[in-house]
Amino acid sequence: MAYHKINYLQEAGLPVALTTVDKLVQWGRSNSLWPLTYGLACCAIEMMATGASRYDFDRFGTIFRASPRQADVLVIAGTLTKKHAPFMRRLYDQMTEPKWVISMGSCANTGGMFNTYATVQGADRIVPVDIYLPGCAPRPETLQYALMLLQKKIRTEKASKKLQPKRLV
Amino acid sequence: MMRVYSDKVNVQKKPYYNDRFWVAPQVPRFEVESDAVFAADVAHLKEKFDIKEAYIEKDQLVVYINPNDNVEVLQTLRDELSYNFLSEHSAIDWLAKSGEFEIFYQMLSTCKKKRMRVKCFIKEKEVLKSVTSLYNSANWAEREMYDMFGVIISGHPYMKRLLMPDDWYDHPLRKTYPLQGDEAAQWYEIDKIFGKEYRDIIGPEERDSARINEEDTYRFARIHHEVAFGAKPSSEPTFTDYQEEGGVFIVKKLKKADAKILKERP
Repeated sequence: MAYHKINYLQEAGLPVALTTVDKLVQWGRSNSLWPLTYGLACCAIEMMATGASRYDFDRFGTIFRASPRQADVLVIAGTLTKKHAPFMRRLYDQMTEPKWVISMGSCANTGGMFNTYATVQGADRIVPVDIYLPGCAPRPETLQYALMLLQKKIRTEKASKKLQPKRLV
Repeated sequence: MMRVYSDKVNVQKKPYYNDRFWVAPQVPRFEVESDAVFAADVAHLKEKFDIKEAYIEKDQLVVYINPNDNVEVLQTLRDELSYNFLSEHSAIDWLAKSGEFEIFYQMLSTCKKKRMRVKCFIKEKEVLKSVTSLYNSANWAEREMYDMFGVIISGHPYMKRLLMPDDWYDHPLRKTYPLQGDEAAQWYEIDKIFGKEYRDIIGPEERDSARINEEDTYRFARIHHEVAFGAKPSSEPTFTDYQEEGGVFIVKKLKKADAKILKERP
């Protein structure tokens, strides 16, 4: 095979328009968002209710996975303590790209009512967060709406976007 | 004698006032002799040990002992006086008042149906003997006491912090510990995950719970008035349909206008 010096993937992107492929890929991504089974506190009860039959997360193509290697979305459901923060960062790092984070509830957003020495004052100090859900705890409808907004956000992104420089937060 | 003058301007606007004549309510204490079972217990203990003080409070016996006797006293209580249950064990911080910790052991006798409390005072750096050989419930209680107060225990099988991380600095339940944490606590997760050089990038914690940032459209946009990240907040209502107007590939869009409402079940 001939050796081409031009590396299309590394230079300024592919020299063709990818609108249709973009749409197809992002449609696939947005409709098979697999969150990590990761409950930290009482918000996890609402997250479980969202996954159960009445609210039925499965109809969005959202199936909870028990391993970060298989997950696309990290739903931080509950109070993030300082003791637990390194473990959550490790789980986030173990997830494969592309990955998104939903911060669920007041505690994960800002520390909530736990204005104390042991609580992380906002999960966005540790990981980059895409969607912040208000509420204490948010209703399952709120989590569903957050997922819909996340799907909308994914659909507006480029499928073959250039790799961003690694940022920590 | 005259009172010290203090300015009374806007005294109603002060959020609190100090009642100089307030006395903390005290639970009445009774003689040990008022209860036959407790009187016999205290008499048995007094034969062997130095009992500093003993009284009954809320139908529970309170006994003050020497801190060096704690294992022997609890052994006597368990083997001879049938107090077979150590339900709670922790410390009270009196360091500011007298430089001491007050240690208490809350005991229960299931056959006598009586509760009693063994108490002792130790200095801040004084070592307390472990009672895990007598009561297994003391295992975690002593670890928690070390974690929260810094009470040093000797002879514990697994002396390690129980609640806080192992590399945590200081003991958070001491009265001198700030509620929102000292510097090590406030930067704990940043230092541990990213390193100290990331303190400047991430910035200090937002601790003012009443602070409202009008410009913060990123995290707390007004519902139905969401704007793009960093844009000025606006009063224009936003379109909150979750699907784009052009539709999504393969996914069929539900239009509210096309929806039919049935009056009866088919």
